[in-house]
Amino acid sequence: MGFFADPAFFCLLVPITGIAVVLGALEKPLARYGCAASVVMLLLLFSRSLDALAFFAGYLAYSLVLARWVAWLFGREHPRRVALYRLALALQIAPLFVYKVGVLVNPDFLGFIGISYITFKTVQVLIETRDGLIKDLGAFEYFYFLVFFPTFTSGPILRSRAFVKDVKVRRTRDEYLELLYRGAGWFLLGALYKFVGASVAQWAMWFLPSAIGTADAGQVVLANLAYALGYTLYLFFDFAGYSHMAVGLGFALGIEVPRNFRAPFLALDIKDFWNRWHITLSQWLRDFVFMRFSAASFEHGWFKSSLTTACLGFFINMTLMGLWHGLTVDYLVYGMYHGLLLASCELIQRKWGFYKKHKRERWFKVCSWAVTMVAVIFGLALFSGQVLHNPL
Amino acid sequence: MANAELEAKVVELLIDITGEEEIGDYRDDDLFEEDVLDSLGAIELLVRIKDEFGVSIAPTELEREEMNTVNKIIERIEERL
Repeated sequence: MGFFADPAFFCLLVPITGIAVVLGALEKPLARYGCAASVVMLLLLFSRSLDALAFFAGYLAYSLVLARWVAWLFGREHPRRVALYRLALALQIAPLFVYKVGVLVNPDFLGFIGISYITFKTVQVLIETRDGLIKDLGAFEYFYFLVFFPTFTSGPILRSRAFVKDVKVRRTRDEYLELLYRGAGWFLLGALYKFVGASVAQWAMWFLPSAIGTADAGQVVLANLAYALGYTLYLFFDFAGYSHMAVGLGFALGIEVPRNFRAPFLALDIKDFWNRWHITLSQWLRDFVFMRFSAASFEHGWFKSSLTTACLGFFINMTLMGLWHGLTVDYLVYGMYHGLLLASCELIQRKWGFYKKHKRERWFKVCSWAVTMVAVIFGLALFSGQVLHNPL
Repeated sequence: MANAELEAKVVELLIDITGEEEIGDYRDDDLFEEDVLDSLGAIELLVRIKDEFGVSIAPTELEREEMNTVNKIIERIEERL
């Protein structure tokens, strides 16, 4: 059963959220129920592949052991804790890495749906345990955090500390109903995006290029532009659609799932775009890659100027973002492309007098917006393989 | 460390990072909203706070709203000294 796709999934949501609403309205705790519902949903998700289910179960146990180990290392101030922590981090990333390499060789390589997303969660727990921010993550909370079904297959990416806070909070009936009401709005908006917006965009993405034709060079250019634009809109409506639905579903279960999209097509520059598009991914990378790299760079004085640190940080950050999607040339190029865009944006904003002088003027904002949109659409054409492999 | 001394040191640190000489005059302005500080500036600030005051704050320890003004930054350091 595919999440947010199969009719069976949506049918099952009726009893699942129905029971949650009754519990929430009666001011009963929702965590154990939410966890049980998640386990049932994941069993259905993996029902067609027992191998994947076994791998996933092993992954859960493995991650729990690693988290416990790192907590133990830092709780006891183990003399070799830093080196062992790095080892734990490598071991935590290893399954995803092996899987991503494996599928290059054999598309049926053993993995499980959601392995890419769950890795963000397990890695965050290790890093923040090292930072001393996570001290008493219980086995139940960690298990529930990892199996929470609304965000399991495709995000938004949750953070354990916010999740645990929501698990432990006791809401009054009014507070719960208010959350539920907001959640229903998110869910409906998401459904509208996915089933109307994405369908229309997908239709346009195929219809417009064929209507334009590819008889001469001008038509080819136009058809490619129409396809790229259609794809951009399709990806947005599809992805924002199920992200919004996951947010709504999370709210019904008493978890304030963070939003993943905030009007990305209003972005005035590429930095602004990444604060609006796949927000939980870019914030995760900002916090755990970009900031860590920058902090290390400042601490060890790797570069004279902070501009160099920023530009290189953006490049590494986004290259990794690209490769997280898969170890292919398209994703690598997509990631590096956005790294270069962010670095250029940083350079312009810091060094270009013209920018500083005019950045608040309307005409400048309009131009900046237009350039950003072209850059974004071209980026997604790289992402889809249109540019490198399948131009029309 | 006396309070005034700490405040002066923090302001000096912020001027050094942001290049905004008048930063000490607007102690309750949102530094992120005013484009004075960004995530890179924030991380440089955390590294320098550790060097200068021996106070270690992890990158995801504080929400932005907890350290977005000069006064809040001073408070966060005071709490940890």
